[in-house]
Amino acid sequence: MSDRAGVGETPLAVEHVDRPELRHHFADVVQQRNAASLGMWVFLATEIMFFGGMFCGYLIYRRAYYPSFAAGSRSLNLVAGTLNTAVLICSSLTVATAVRASQLGKRKQLIGLLFATLFFGIVFLGIKGYEWHDEYVHHHVPTFYFSAQDLVHDNPNLNIDPQATKIFYSLYFALTGIHAAHMIVGIGIFTVITIMAWKNKFSPEYHTPVEIAGLYWHFVDIVWIYLFPLLYLIDRR
Amino acid sequence: MSTTAVSTERQNYLNSEYGIRSWLLTTDHKRIALLYLISITAMFFLGGFFALLIRLELLTPAGDLLTADTYNKAFSMHGQIMVFFFLVPSIPAVLGNFLIPMMVGAKDLAFPRINLLSWYLYIAGAALYIWCIMSGGVDTGWTFYTPFSSLFSNTHVVEAAMAIFIAGFSSILTGLNFVVTIHRMRAPGMTWSRLPLFCWSHYAVSLIMLLATPVIAITLFLMVLERTLNLGIFDPSRGGDPVLFQHLFWFYSHPAVYIMILPSMGVVSEIIPCFSRKRIFGYNFVAMASIAIAVIGFLVWAHHMFVAGISLYSALVFSFLSYIVAVPSAIKVFNWTATMYKGSLSFSTPMLYALGFIGLFTIGGLTGLFLACLGVDVHVHDTYFVIAHFHYVMVGGAVLGYLGGMHFWWPKISGRMYPEGWGRLAAIIVFIGFNLTFFPQFIVGYLGMPRRYWQYPAEYQVYNVLSTAGASILAVGYLLPIIYLLWSLRYGKPAPDNPWQATGLEWRTASPPPTFNFEETPEVTWEAYEYDTMPLPEEVTLER
Amino acid sequence: MADHLARADHSDHSQPSEHVVSAGLYWLIWAILICATFLTAWVATVDLGIFNTVVALLIATCKASIVVLFFMHVKYTSEKMTKAILISAIFWLFLLLFLSLSDYATRASG
Repeated sequence: MSDRAGVGETPLAVEHVDRPELRHHFADVVQQRNAASLGMWVFLATEIMFFGGMFCGYLIYRRAYYPSFAAGSRSLNLVAGTLNTAVLICSSLTVATAVRASQLGKRKQLIGLLFATLFFGIVFLGIKGYEWHDEYVHHHVPTFYFSAQDLVHDNPNLNIDPQATKIFYSLYFALTGIHAAHMIVGIGIFTVITIMAWKNKFSPEYHTPVEIAGLYWHFVDIVWIYLFPLLYLIDRR
Repeated sequence: MSTTAVSTERQNYLNSEYGIRSWLLTTDHKRIALLYLISITAMFFLGGFFALLIRLELLTPAGDLLTADTYNKAFSMHGQIMVFFFLVPSIPAVLGNFLIPMMVGAKDLAFPRINLLSWYLYIAGAALYIWCIMSGGVDTGWTFYTPFSSLFSNTHVVEAAMAIFIAGFSSILTGLNFVVTIHRMRAPGMTWSRLPLFCWSHYAVSLIMLLATPVIAITLFLMVLERTLNLGIFDPSRGGDPVLFQHLFWFYSHPAVYIMILPSMGVVSEIIPCFSRKRIFGYNFVAMASIAIAVIGFLVWAHHMFVAGISLYSALVFSFLSYIVAVPSAIKVFNWTATMYKGSLSFSTPMLYALGFIGLFTIGGLTGLFLACLGVDVHVHDTYFVIAHFHYVMVGGAVLGYLGGMHFWWPKISGRMYPEGWGRLAAIIVFIGFNLTFFPQFIVGYLGMPRRYWQYPAEYQVYNVLSTAGASILAVGYLLPIIYLLWSLRYGKPAPDNPWQATGLEWRTASPPPTFNFEETPEVTWEAYEYDTMPLPEEVTLER
Repeated sequence: MADHLARADHSDHSQPSEHVVSAGLYWLIWAILICATFLTAWVATVDLGIFNTVVALLIATCKASIVVLFFMHVKYTSEKMTKAILISAIFWLFLLLFLSLSDYATRASG
C-alpha cells in the first residue's frame, strides 16, 4: 500500500523488512500476536452470548415443559451423540497438537494433524447429517410434516404435549444447526490454515493464525460439550 | 508542532491516493470513518423522512393522511432506521474510528481490514433494509414483538430483521477493534489514567456492543425462523411465550440505549474542558462512571416489560436496578458542571451543543426515573411520555453530542474551519426546535395519548400541532450543518493543527492528519486535560 | 488499573502460548475427556433424581474447563486479559440466564 510510504524513517522499519508478516501499524510481532490473540478471545466472548440467547430460551422452556422435553430428548440418538462428542474431542486433540507442531516448526507433522482435524470435523458433520435425516424420516423436523404422535404414543403415562415437543425439536435444530454452521466455518478456516501450512508460511516465530484458529475450534467443541448433556441426556433413566 | 495554517499541497490522508478503489478498498481508519459518515447521514435523512410522515399525519386528530397500516410502517421504519442504522453506529463508527487510534497514539486500529469489513456489513444491512422499504416496508414497531411479527404481520419482517442482523455484526466488529486497540496499541507513556475520556466512553460502549449485540442477533434469527418455518416458539396458541422474545430482545435493546448515549458523553467530556480551559473535574469518577453505566445497564432490561406479564418480584428488582443506573450518569453531569465552575467559558458551537446535551440529557434521564417507578409506568407506558423521554436522551442527548463532536473535530477531519456564526445559529435552532417538538409530548403523553396511534381525540391536537411545528424548525437545524459543512470543504478557512488549543494527541498532528497519523510515534509524559499549561486559542470569530 | 505500556519490549514477557506443552499431556487430557464423555452418558441412565442434571452439567463444566486450561493454553498464559474476558463472558451469560429465569420462577402461575 502506497499509503504507508513514510514508515521507512522509523527505527522499527528494520523489523518490518525482516518480518514480512508484520503489518505496518504494529510496532513489532509481539504486539501483533498479542492483538490477534486478544481479538480472538473477545470474539469468542461474543459467541458465548450468541449461543447464550438460545440456551436461555431452551432453559426456560425445559423448565416449563419438562416431560415433553424429556421425551424429545429420549428420541434423540444417544449413540450418535456420544460418538460425535468423542469425535470432536479427538479433533480438539489434533488441533492442540497441530498448534504445538507449529510452535516447534514441524511442518510435516503440522500438515498431518491439520488434515486429521479436517477429517474429524467432516465426520462430525456426517454423523450429524445422518441423525438429522433420521429425524426427518421420523417426522421430528418442525415444518416438514412434523408429528409428535409417536412420542405421545411411546410415553403413555407421561403428560406429553405435542406442541411442547415441537418446541423442543425447534430448539434442538436451531442449536445443533447453528453449531453445525460454526463447524462448517471452522472447517473452512482450517482448510485455509492447511493450505498456508503447505505453502510453508508458518515457523516457530510466526504461527499466530494456527493458534487463533485453534482457539475458535476449541470453542465450538466446548459448545457441543454443553449441548450434548442438555439435549441428549435430559432423562435417560 | 506547527501552529500555522496547513498548506493544501502537504500529503495527508485525503490526498494521498485518489480514485474510487482507494476509498472502497481502504484500510485507513480515517477514510473508513468518512465512508461511515456519508452512509449514516443518508440513513439519518431516510429515517427523518418517516418522522416527517408521522408528524404530518399527527397534525390532525383524524387519520387522514395515511392509512393505519401505512402509519404503522412509518413509525416502525423511523425507529428501526434511527436506532440501528443511525444512532448505534454514529459516533463510534465516525468519530470513534477517526479519533481513537490518534488519541492513543497509534497508526491505525488493531485490525484495519476488519474495520473495512464492518463498513461493508453496515452497507449490506442498510441495502437489505432499503430493499425491505421498497418492497413495502415493515409494520411491527421497531421492537418486532411476537407473535405479531412472527405470525400475523403481512409485511417484510424477514428482510428488516435480517438487515438488522447483518448490521449488528458491523457493530460487534467495531467494538472488537476498539477494545483490542485500546488495550494493545497505546503509545509509550499513554497509560490508562492518561487516556482521554472519549476513549474510556468508547471502551465502555465496546463492552456493550460485544456482549449485547449477539443476543439480539440470535433473537431476530429465531424470530425469522419462527416466521418462515412456522415453529411456534413465540406463539402462545402453540405453547410458545412472547415474553421470552421480549426478554431476549430487551437484553440487547436496553444496553443499546447506552451504546447510543455513552459516546456522546465521551464527546461532551472532551468539549467541556476545552471550552472551560480547565481540567475535567474528577477524571477517575467520569471514567469509572462510564464502565458502571455499561455494566449496570445490563441489569435493567425488564423495565420495558413491567406491564407485559412478568412477575411482580422481578418487576421490583428491575425497578430498583433502574434507579441505580441513573447514579453514574448523574455523577457525570455533576463532574461536567463542576468542570465549568470558575472556568473560562467560551460559547463556541461545540460548547453550545455540549451545554444543550447536559440540560436535555438531564431532563431525559430524570423522566426515565419516572418511568422506572412501577406505579407511574402503569399509567404512562406506551404513551407519548415514553416517546418524549427517549427522544430527550437520544436526540437531546446523543444527536446533540454527535453534532457537537462533528463540529469540534471538523477542523481535524477536513482541514477546514466551519463558519462559526452559522454553527452557533444552527445549534440554537436545533435546541429550540427540539424542545418545541418533544416537550409537548411529555404533557400529551401524561394526559393519556397513546403511542403508535394514527388518530387521537381532538383535545390532544394543540400539543401535536406544537410538536409538528417544532419538528419543522428542528429539520432546518439539521439541514444547516449539511450545507455549511459542505461549503467549508471548499471555502472554509484552512484549519491549523490545533484551532481550539485542545489537549489530546489528535491535536498534535496536522489538520488533516497524514495517513499514518503521526510523523513519529508520540511518547506521552503528561496527564490528560492539562489545560492549565495550554495557551489560549485565538479568539473564535464570527467570520462568515 | 496498573499502568500498562503497550509498546512491547523484546524480553518476550506475557506472550500467549510461548510455553510448549508436551504431547503426552495433550493425550492425557484427551483420555480424560473421552472417559468423561462415556461417564456422563452412563450416569444419565442411572436414577439420581434431581441430581442427574446437576451431575451432567458438572461433568460438562469440568470437560470445558480442561479444554480451556490446557488445549486453549489459559493455564500457561500470563495474559490477565484472557482470563478476564473469559470470566466476564461467562458472568454475562449467567446474568441473562439468571435474571430471565427468575422472572419465570417467581410468577404466581408458575
